[in-house]
Amino acid sequence: MFYIYCPHCEEHREEEEFHAAGEAHIPRPLDPENCSDKEWGEYMFFRTNPRGIHHELWVHSVGCRKFFNMTRDTQNYEILEVYKIGEKPSITSAAAKLPAQSKVQEGV
Amino acid sequence: MQKYSGFGLIKHALSHHENWQRVWRNPKPKKKYDVIIVGGGGHGLATAYYLAKVHGITNVAVLEKGYLGGGNTARNTTIVRSNYLWDESARLYEHAMKLWEGLSQDLNYNVMFSQRGVLNLGHTLQDMRDIQRRVNANRLFGIDGEVLDPQQIKEIVPMMDCSDRPRYPIMGASWQPRGGVARHDAVAWGYARAADALGVDLIQQCEVVDFIQEDGAATGVMTKTHGVISADRIGCVTAGNSSVMAAKAGFRLPLESHPLQALVSEPIKPILDTVVMSNHVHGYVSQSDKGDLVIGAGIDGYNGYGQRGSYHTIEHTVQAIVELFPVFSRVRMNRQWGGIVDTCPDACPIISATPVENLFFNCGWGTGGFKATPGSGHAFAETLAAGEASDMAKPFSMFRFHDGALIDEHGAAGVAH
Amino acid sequence: MAQQNRLIEGGRIARDSQINFSYNGKTYPGFVGDTLASAMLANGIDVVGRSFKYSRPRGIVAAGAEEPNAIMQLGATEATQVPNVRATQQELFAGLVCQATNGWPNVEFDMMASLGTVGASVMPPGFYYKTFMYPKSMWNTYEKFIRKAAGLGRSPLEADPDRYDHYNQHADVVIVGAGPAGLSAALEAGRSGARVIIADEQAEFGGALLHSKQSVNGMPAMDWVASVVAELAELDNVMMLPKSTVNGYHDHNFLTIHQRCTDHIADRAEKNQSRQRMHRVRTKWVVLASGAHERPLVFGNNDVPGCMLADAVSTYINRYAVVPGKKLVLMTTNDGGYQAAFDWHEAGREVVAILDTRSYQGTDTSAVIDRARELGIKVLTGSAVVEVQGAKRVSAVSIASLNSQGDQLAGPVSQLSCDTVASSGGWSPAIHLSCHTGSRPVWSDQVIGFIPGETVQKQLIAGAIGGTFDLQSCLAQGTRAGAEAANNAGFTVDATASGATAESVAETAPMALFHIPHPKETSRAPKQFVDFQNDVTAAGIELATREGFESIEHVKRYTALGFGTDQGKLGNINGMAIAAKSMQKTIPQTGTTIFRPNYTPVTFGAIAGRNCGELFDPKRFSAMHQWHLDHGALFEDVGNWKRPWYFPQPGESMQQSLERECLAVRDSAGVLDASTLGKIDIQGPDAREFLGRVYTNAWAKLAVGKCRYGLMCGEDGMVFDDGVTACLADNHFVMTTTTGGAARVLEWLEIYQQTEWPELEVYFNSVTDHWSTITVTGPNARKILDQVVDDIDLSNDAFKYMDWKAATVMGVPARIFRISFTGELSYEINVQANYGMRIWEAVMDKGAAYNLTPYGTETMHILRAEKGFIIAGQDTDGSVHPYDLGMGWAVSQKKPFSFIGKRGMAREDCVKEGRKQLVGLITADPKKVIPEGSQAVDDPKQSIPMTMLGHVTSSYYSACLGHSIAMAYIRNGHNRMGETVFYPQADGSAIEATICSPIFLDPKGERQNV
Repeated sequence: MFYIYCPHCEEHREEEEFHAAGEAHIPRPLDPENCSDKEWGEYMFFRTNPRGIHHELWVHSVGCRKFFNMTRDTQNYEILEVYKIGEKPSITSAAAKLPAQSKVQEGV
Repeated sequence: MQKYSGFGLIKHALSHHENWQRVWRNPKPKKKYDVIIVGGGGHGLATAYYLAKVHGITNVAVLEKGYLGGGNTARNTTIVRSNYLWDESARLYEHAMKLWEGLSQDLNYNVMFSQRGVLNLGHTLQDMRDIQRRVNANRLFGIDGEVLDPQQIKEIVPMMDCSDRPRYPIMGASWQPRGGVARHDAVAWGYARAADALGVDLIQQCEVVDFIQEDGAATGVMTKTHGVISADRIGCVTAGNSSVMAAKAGFRLPLESHPLQALVSEPIKPILDTVVMSNHVHGYVSQSDKGDLVIGAGIDGYNGYGQRGSYHTIEHTVQAIVELFPVFSRVRMNRQWGGIVDTCPDACPIISATPVENLFFNCGWGTGGFKATPGSGHAFAETLAAGEASDMAKPFSMFRFHDGALIDEHGAAGVAH
Repeated sequence: MAQQNRLIEGGRIARDSQINFSYNGKTYPGFVGDTLASAMLANGIDVVGRSFKYSRPRGIVAAGAEEPNAIMQLGATEATQVPNVRATQQELFAGLVCQATNGWPNVEFDMMASLGTVGASVMPPGFYYKTFMYPKSMWNTYEKFIRKAAGLGRSPLEADPDRYDHYNQHADVVIVGAGPAGLSAALEAGRSGARVIIADEQAEFGGALLHSKQSVNGMPAMDWVASVVAELAELDNVMMLPKSTVNGYHDHNFLTIHQRCTDHIADRAEKNQSRQRMHRVRTKWVVLASGAHERPLVFGNNDVPGCMLADAVSTYINRYAVVPGKKLVLMTTNDGGYQAAFDWHEAGREVVAILDTRSYQGTDTSAVIDRARELGIKVLTGSAVVEVQGAKRVSAVSIASLNSQGDQLAGPVSQLSCDTVASSGGWSPAIHLSCHTGSRPVWSDQVIGFIPGETVQKQLIAGAIGGTFDLQSCLAQGTRAGAEAANNAGFTVDATASGATAESVAETAPMALFHIPHPKETSRAPKQFVDFQNDVTAAGIELATREGFESIEHVKRYTALGFGTDQGKLGNINGMAIAAKSMQKTIPQTGTTIFRPNYTPVTFGAIAGRNCGELFDPKRFSAMHQWHLDHGALFEDVGNWKRPWYFPQPGESMQQSLERECLAVRDSAGVLDASTLGKIDIQGPDAREFLGRVYTNAWAKLAVGKCRYGLMCGEDGMVFDDGVTACLADNHFVMTTTTGGAARVLEWLEIYQQTEWPELEVYFNSVTDHWSTITVTGPNARKILDQVVDDIDLSNDAFKYMDWKAATVMGVPARIFRISFTGELSYEINVQANYGMRIWEAVMDKGAAYNLTPYGTETMHILRAEKGFIIAGQDTDGSVHPYDLGMGWAVSQKKPFSFIGKRGMAREDCVKEGRKQLVGLITADPKKVIPEGSQAVDDPKQSIPMTMLGHVTSSYYSACLGHSIAMAYIRNGHNRMGETVFYPQADGSAIEATICSPIFLDPKGERQNV
């Protein structure tokens, strides 16, 4: 269960308050009438669905009801950033760093 | 292939089981095959088996990045039924059902297909209208099914609360007596063994990292461990990883990969003799031959390849189970896990040619692929053998998402398993 | 003979509190502080179960969560039965009733056992895949027997009388395990002021110290534990949870802690007490100090009762003052194992010999060997137990010397007489929780076990989970981990403080040995058990690899290794080692093992908590709900709402009620509680433009004071909701949606405004709950309205159809919409919800003279169907566009903006011939109502599979029209008016119907316009 920082409420809340709304940054074609069936179908249904860094849309559905974007690793589920609609992600590739592992393991 | 039978077991017992043959070889891959199947899950193995058995194409390799049957085949709740709404899907799933009914004998491997019946519960008037619609369609199509009232349900599942107490009382159900469950691992192993016996090379620990293309046509695959392996045709059957594979080939699919979770109770003595499914409250339960209650959860809303989902999804499912079966409250949940399901917008699969010539995809089975395993393999084998979609596969082209000829099975598929 | 194995003194039991319990119908004594297992051992109970496959007698092996055999059916009454209780984890309480779970007629004399010995030879792993196939028809019969044999305990047959609850917690540091490492961590983190939760599955804190004879800070270890617990208890920021298992570790540091509140008191909770509680904890940092599980060694007949883990023997002696036998043979690969022999010896019983599997060169020795010899205990190095003799209890062992690798015997077999065999193969770190979030464990040759791997969680480990088994190191690691976790969570730790200390002990390296060789091949040797609960043997694992099951996942699945209720805590590593060895691979080459939640099983009730029955899902009621109840309404679930379905009068059948309600509306007046329809308040200068984009029809010219019906489609052009929207002011509208679709529509509007068209200034608010809506409909509606409306002219000229007006109703401000879903003259009175009941009652009062009749959703459905009005979700299914519905009139192709759905409904498949289209049906037999969901065919006599044309979406008997009516999809139906179709039924009959317009009543719409 994710712990999500809502960029509008400016605090962490439980995933139960949110709702994933699919891949982000898929703008509606400005001139739908001039889209071919193929183009329209691609807009509606075809997704990158990556294993790794994913930019996705979430809504704080039982909170502020605002949508926002999230960059998340779809393998380890780490949330790398959240940003508002209209903003660009700052993490876009596998360059996302994992937090340094820290363990207390060796004896003293 | 060493034939399995009860007599054989006794014979082998006398030699302390030291002389059993390998279930499949561990071959070195050849340089070139007629057909390469990418993905050694149930669907891929079934495809290879039917390619060899039905179409006589035995120069086939199945390339599996992990171990055979280790993906969703190993992780599902094993429900088998064919009571789908639309003709196109009913045809496919019913074909699978007919194959299930003789599968153990066909493969000489007991897949423990147990036709203990499947109940799909209705909790609202609209649920009941949908159930009536589906059962009527099934009946006219030739698929067994009837609509039961709560009293009849109670007779089949005495432990379920069919009273007015629950928040959403059970109003009725569809009942498919031929539905049931099977032993999921055995399905993969049975197909693998039978395919191997017909000459198919099963290559495990062999990850495909790219497709080799010339002039828009696929000519082979690049593997992590064995370099390039060529093939005339390639069938990609990689379930939750299909979008990743499509990206390697240079196109996108209308898919999202989501976690789908399941859980089992500790084993208990027989108490539930049939499969109970409720899309409305998101509870899916049967009891395995080992005695575990096998429970399917709802799908998680986000994309995820982690083979795990969120805890509140498990909670909701357990709530539904306790709501349906108050007697299970003191039974204990042993283990949970997750699979990666690639979901299509219309809850129907893709068995299709792709923008890349000679490259075919079989994917998008969402939450319900296990039940289709034989039918899927059969239809995909025919497609690969002919180089174009078989009649059964045709409606499931990925290009339906361009022209709009969707087959909306959300009602029948639901989050169903 | 009561408690013959109980020592006269010692242990952490309350000797002044003797209590009785019942096992298999016989009563035994025990003490408060016992577990069920320790009390059973105290009473000399050897056989506690039968193995499910081979029916072999089984005894208690362990003292904790890894116990595979002592699985009990607990409960004194039917409703309080608990299956599969692990006796080693169940605290004893007065009056506890339990039974063994397998064995017929009982565990001592099991009839199946004879079959077991004979049958065992034909039941290697996976035997069921190889047989029971012929004849095909027999599988169901075979399966019945398989099912009966499987399973452990049984489910209760009555509903659970107890309740369970959830706590939602936030913490800075959660510490898992209250052994030396965990307690040290808690102390350090607690002192910093951080909010700390420390949880441990046992009844008491202390972990391994509970049965340890070591010292900490120069005092007996448990005195130190007591001092730590006392200090933690003083800290308000620390929550201590004994009897609480951290059973799951989920993403972003979310943990579930399963607390047993009353399981130690009775099998049923006191009134008003929760039996169990699930803590749902979100924490900044986690310290895993979950310890390790001892591994037994695998040797012939190692499942005979009397074979135990070495550390379990120590636990029973030191913690419970129970010596589970008289003559001990101890086999160990490591120094730690010796402790069991020392404790046994100290308890005054005979240690026959210690077999140390390690070979020592020449005169090499070690501290533990020296100590054993000082005590006069025989130590045989480089030796092992190869086989046990005995049936229901160990009677002797066969031993032999080993080569230095431990893979071959190096000498002849001899016998030792004994009744107990303790073994220690080393310790497997309890890495389960670290695996739950997807972190893959890594093998350590030094630890001879898996330790936690890399993770993205904010997690630290301390103590034995990381392969550190020395007490001093565990204390130090705990202290450091507690400090680091608190520090990371933003708290300041006193850097000068140092943790507790214990004496460091020099140890001889343990030996990596798992499977003791036998003079015979493994396949011919007596059974060497790896996973007791699933009867998985070394021979079985070797067979699996021989057959080609080479991945460890295949081995596990083929043999069922690790699939028991102990989830492989005892046997997994041994099994992996045996599989690896048989393939000449190393353990890490064979594969890792991934643990999933739960760490130990958790009651479904605890996971569900209070969220069942009434609290399963919220119920929503309108403000008039009590009136509906008082007037006998039956209710329909629509979304979360409870809507009146119909209002039967005494003696009426449902059909009679519906006919009465329908006729009342058509003849005079009816009233509907329409409050549940979704209402969305839409404001902003661009509200009108926005409506034009999300509805299919035109909104540019809708005047203030007017209402309009709209269809809402997805981008695919398929209808998903509909409703009437009223223009309140030029930049202010109120939209109605279907009852079930309200939330979805609101989110739909928001996503387009927020993500696609943020330049449009428009705001949405759900106002569904703000208003009560009272629909008065029928020819006499105006007369009734006249009596309750204070201030406006209701005449047709002044207040036209599809107008709305602000008005005062019985002194209450109201919005009245003149819209109609029945086809009759209708007014929807909207008042603030808290006035709803008052106005409803007033309307009922004034309407009495006109037989104003309340009706529910069913009559609403019939009345609208007579008019051919669709219900989104019933007459649509996500695959139909407005033209399929014959509602092209509601689509404006001329709007400048390409509204949502326009492009989608123009796709190739959407404009092709032969789509299914919504039509009306009239049956040949006017009394015959076609069941909803029936499928149409042209020829009912055709063979199966039949060609189906479409289904019936809505179907009723219309009392007003005197015949049945239906709405249905028919392929190409709009061009088939007047044609006949058939609806085959389950009974073999077929209902004949004629295709017609779905508008059955008043096609010109005159009745609503009067």
